[in-house]
Amino acid sequence: MSVATASVRRGPSRAVAHPIRTLVIRRAALGIVTLLLVSVVVFLATEVLPGNAAFAVLGRSANPARLHSLERQLHLNRGLLDQYWTWLSGLFSGRLGDSLANGQPVWSLVEPRLVNSAVLVFLAGAIGTVIGVVLGAVAALRKDGWFDHVSSVAALAVTSLPEFVIAITLVIVFATNVWHLLPAVSLLPPGTYAWSQPKLLILPVATLVIVIVPYLFRMMRGAMIEALESDYVEMARLKGVPEWRVVFTHALPSAMAPTIQVIGLNFLYLAGGVVVVEYVFNYPGIGQGLVFAVGNRDIPVVQFIVLVLAAFYVLMNILTDVIALLASPRRRIPREP
Amino acid sequence: MTSDQPPLAETADEPSARCDTVRLDVQDLAIRLGESGPDVVSEISFAVPSGEVLGLVGESGSGKTTVALALLGHARRGLSITGGQVRLDGRDLLRLSPGDLRAVRGARVAYVPQDPAAALNPTRRVGAQLTEALRVHPGTVDDIAGRVQEVLGEVSLDASPAMLRRYPHQLSGGQQQRVALAMAFCCRPSLIVLDEPTTGLDVSTQRHVLDTVRSLCRSYGVAAVYVSHDLAVVGGLVAQVAVMYAGRIAEIGATTKVFPYPLHPYTRGLLGAVPSVDRAEVLTGIEGQPPRPGRRGRGCSFASRCGYVLDACRSHAPEPVLIDGRAVRCLRAEDIQADAATQRAAVVTSPAAGAPAAGLSLRALAAGYGGPPVLSGIGFDVPAESCVAVVGESGSGKTTLARCIVGLHASWTGDMTFGGVSLPRGVQRRSRDQLKGIQYVFQNPYTSLNPRKTVSQIVAQPLERFTGLPFRERVERAGQVLQDVSLGPDFLSRYPDQLSGGERQRVAIARALVVEPELLVCDEVTSALDVSVQAVIVELLRRLQREHHLAMVFITHNLALVRSIAQSVIVLRDGAMVESGPVEQILERPQDPYTIQLLQDVPRLATAGDRGGDEPCR
Amino acid sequence: MTAAAQVPPAARAARGPVRRHQWLATLRTVIRTPRGAVGLALALSVTVLAAIGPAVAPQSPTALLTVPFAKPSGQFPLGSDFLGRDVLSRVLAGGWVLLLMAAAATALGIIVGATAGISAAYLRGWSDSLIMRTVDVILAFPQLVFALLLVSVIGPKLWLIVLAVGLSHAPQVARVLRSATLEISERDYVKAVELQGMRPTKVMRTEILPNLISPLMVETGLRLTYSIVIMAGLAFLGFGQQPPAANWGSMINENRIGLTLNPWAVIVPALLIALLTIGTNTFTDAVARVTIGVDRQPEEVALLDDLGLQEVK
Repeated sequence: MSVATASVRRGPSRAVAHPIRTLVIRRAALGIVTLLLVSVVVFLATEVLPGNAAFAVLGRSANPARLHSLERQLHLNRGLLDQYWTWLSGLFSGRLGDSLANGQPVWSLVEPRLVNSAVLVFLAGAIGTVIGVVLGAVAALRKDGWFDHVSSVAALAVTSLPEFVIAITLVIVFATNVWHLLPAVSLLPPGTYAWSQPKLLILPVATLVIVIVPYLFRMMRGAMIEALESDYVEMARLKGVPEWRVVFTHALPSAMAPTIQVIGLNFLYLAGGVVVVEYVFNYPGIGQGLVFAVGNRDIPVVQFIVLVLAAFYVLMNILTDVIALLASPRRRIPREP
Repeated sequence: MTSDQPPLAETADEPSARCDTVRLDVQDLAIRLGESGPDVVSEISFAVPSGEVLGLVGESGSGKTTVALALLGHARRGLSITGGQVRLDGRDLLRLSPGDLRAVRGARVAYVPQDPAAALNPTRRVGAQLTEALRVHPGTVDDIAGRVQEVLGEVSLDASPAMLRRYPHQLSGGQQQRVALAMAFCCRPSLIVLDEPTTGLDVSTQRHVLDTVRSLCRSYGVAAVYVSHDLAVVGGLVAQVAVMYAGRIAEIGATTKVFPYPLHPYTRGLLGAVPSVDRAEVLTGIEGQPPRPGRRGRGCSFASRCGYVLDACRSHAPEPVLIDGRAVRCLRAEDIQADAATQRAAVVTSPAAGAPAAGLSLRALAAGYGGPPVLSGIGFDVPAESCVAVVGESGSGKTTLARCIVGLHASWTGDMTFGGVSLPRGVQRRSRDQLKGIQYVFQNPYTSLNPRKTVSQIVAQPLERFTGLPFRERVERAGQVLQDVSLGPDFLSRYPDQLSGGERQRVAIARALVVEPELLVCDEVTSALDVSVQAVIVELLRRLQREHHLAMVFITHNLALVRSIAQSVIVLRDGAMVESGPVEQILERPQDPYTIQLLQDVPRLATAGDRGGDEPCR
Repeated sequence: MTAAAQVPPAARAARGPVRRHQWLATLRTVIRTPRGAVGLALALSVTVLAAIGPAVAPQSPTALLTVPFAKPSGQFPLGSDFLGRDVLSRVLAGGWVLLLMAAAATALGIIVGATAGISAAYLRGWSDSLIMRTVDVILAFPQLVFALLLVSVIGPKLWLIVLAVGLSHAPQVARVLRSATLEISERDYVKAVELQGMRPTKVMRTEILPNLISPLMVETGLRLTYSIVIMAGLAFLGFGQQPPAANWGSMINENRIGLTLNPWAVIVPALLIALLTIGTNTFTDAVARVTIGVDRQPEEVALLDDLGLQEVK
């Protein structure tokens, strides 16, 4: 899902002095354009779609006076471009508006949630990455053995499941029905930070870990198998290189390159999966915030959260592409003419 | 003749001193699919003394690479070595423990791969890979860095730190192969196995690699096994040659005997198919294909294609017979010995005198892909009913030229006329008659036919575009053209993946001929085919050219093929025409230094009357 | 001499499509593999259950019949849910809308995405860039969030959800098919036909499309799986069918609070969703293995190597 199509299509370029720098600049520029377009889409979707936003918010309690005042609050009485510009400049200067649900400034509402979700995502991402990569490598090394078969089938099954099913299963097993070790839902009020009650982190993190491990497992296993069956690994064996060295210095580094891209993608996937998981566990993060805001038609909050997620996506894409470039000497160092 | 044979005086010195140790002794090697599947190779036996090179020759499917890997005790996934012995300096490699085998690989026996780009790790620097070859065998040498420098010098590579820090993709194909050679020689092994190491290299690079191999073997008393499908390359390099067919050795003996006087019918057929740079001769290919593992039956595998076959040949596989200093697996070896090798008929080239004005004409053609020009200043004529060969190494622009002529590449400048009428640039701008009149045959028969269509649909389709014939007649015409290329009507309903490479290429030729064009452009149409199949296709093209009065542009990198098919030739280098003229003139009295060097570097096959490579030790 | 033999073999061979129906042949092969058989069995059984469920439900799915979270009994084999409705009946009635919506979203995504991807690849130039930039924008945030965004404004209308999810599939499908088309359009047999002066649209239709069947099949399977996952997720969050309609996704959410009392109200719908998605994903995986040749038998690989028969250089 990376924004990689652009550079692939651009034909053979001349020897570039700093391919990494060029790549970052190019991607960043593209990323900014993408974000602008996203902001336009978000803006249009929320402010412009049929069913005037104010009307949508107020629903049946709309009467001309209240409509009018809400419209003024949402700047709906100005021209379209005007509205967009106001909104966009507001974003940059920190004037994000107030939540329509409770009047609090958007930023103070969203900031602790952002932190909580970040903790969740990065914790799950780190743990999941390590587990997935290790299991995948082991499966590849013992290809067609019992471990490989069992883990491949398990990965396929788990990867098909929706996150909430995984979450519910964990709740049933560890919280409510089989064992009663962990809390089913968190009782943290919104606005608090998650690490104040670490036990509440366990199940959400576990769910997300289970969600991403299969992807990494399959990618690592596939890449590792391809490396182990490649010509240069065969050549290394024919040179008399001992097997452990073949694995660690020849196969593993080659397998990491495509896997790293998937690691980046997994963080993106986590950012999406976080919505459902937080809802299940009542975890006060950005996903729960989004669901509540959508339910309340709290437009400024919805806009802001969606933009944050989009920005995260773009950033992760750039990072992933840069790392992939670093891992591939062939693309990093052009052939001398 | 301007050929420059390897200096034979050097090879004849002190054969006995060199040849007193047998380094490699292979007995009855057998390899199967899986643990108990059909044989892939069987009854392989040969011996190589130190300092000598044995050539293992065969076409695709013969099992030669499988044998080569087995010399290191290695079998690819899905194959297993099930019998025989591979004795290196007395030790049987197949019976060693894994630890001992690992110690032997690289140190006592080394492998030079076919595709160095794939065999060198793309994520590790060249220097590190060379050093690794030494580090994994501790005790081989004390000064690792020094040995690396030494061995790089021996393969004529720059040994500077800058070179060592490069990644494989930063080197040219020839440099990569030399690194692979250096890696193989750095531990000073007793045996080197080279698996088609010059495939894909330019002729001059190939020459350098072969010379390096020969001199290294001689200097260090190393035995070598050289696997190849190219008999001319092998003929100039090896003292002993083993010809493989369908998993067995058909004939094995001194090169000086086997190549001038082949005894096995397959060897004869193979040699009859190899084109010669020095003589324009009719090539005799071998129809049919070798049987795959599992389909080889109990008799001689060559029986279905053999001109000397008897009933006895089909019922039991012949044992090797010793005749005239070599072993031949043929029941009729003695009869064949008495039967002198047929000289190939000379090609009768009809002079293009009085050719009608219709034909292709190029002037000042220049083309590119947006950057620097890939072709410039190209100008030549292709008169009707004559064949012009375009020769060049990779990167010379010959494929671009073909694409410009045919309209696949539209950004060129210059003049191109066909039948007196100026040809527009791309396919979109050409008239229907122009598109019909110039047809193209692609290089790779495995990708030029739509896998989702039958042969009949593929061949009949151009008729749909260019003629108004109704369906039934289109199909009939397709059938006729297929007959023309010697494919029977049962081919009509087959899909491409059911055909061999040679058959596919014939379908591609039929597709080109079905609309009765005036000019046929053949772009390296035999490069992806085995030698025996190549000969069949080349002869087919010659016959078709005569029968259909075609003009032909034949693109190739193989100078020898030019002799057998073309009347005039153009030599391309880096996009420019270096020399052009009638074939005899260019190949026998070249003027340009590039052409001269090219002709010198072309490997030649020693035939009766010539002297071959090294003298063997028997 | 039979009548058939009198027709010239040439005409007989080429008359009418002796053209193999590739996708049928592929499916037959897939069903014979263990994964294909298991996947198909799982997916089909759940689909059949969802389809005929409403007709065989013993009670009305919306009637309040007993106390909330009653344990399973003879009359209510799966107990009751948080409002006292029969879980079994709700389970039987709660699948078909989900499946229908998922199928519709998949079809939408495939059609839009395939058209965009194939056109972008074959036409190149600015239309390619335009299409792919749009693709990149839409891919800039997750499908669920995109759907939520639209729902937040218009409301949880079913048609909107199908539209949102379907459109959010399109970019990925476009991407996959674009790269497959690019690869095929570079092949020599396509160039051979271009040499005859065939127009691009006809080339696409007759030469390229038939070779895209494999990636299309795999993508369809994957998209169907994700459609079900997202639709169920949206229903779980409350943005699907509105109460009192029975829907597996929303049932899981509604009955969470009673997990300690009657877990079946949660377990059974969750299990059904799980079996369905595992089934479709496993079947798709089997299709991918058959068509792309992942994990071919070693003998076959070695045989091809040895014989020097390489399909594509």
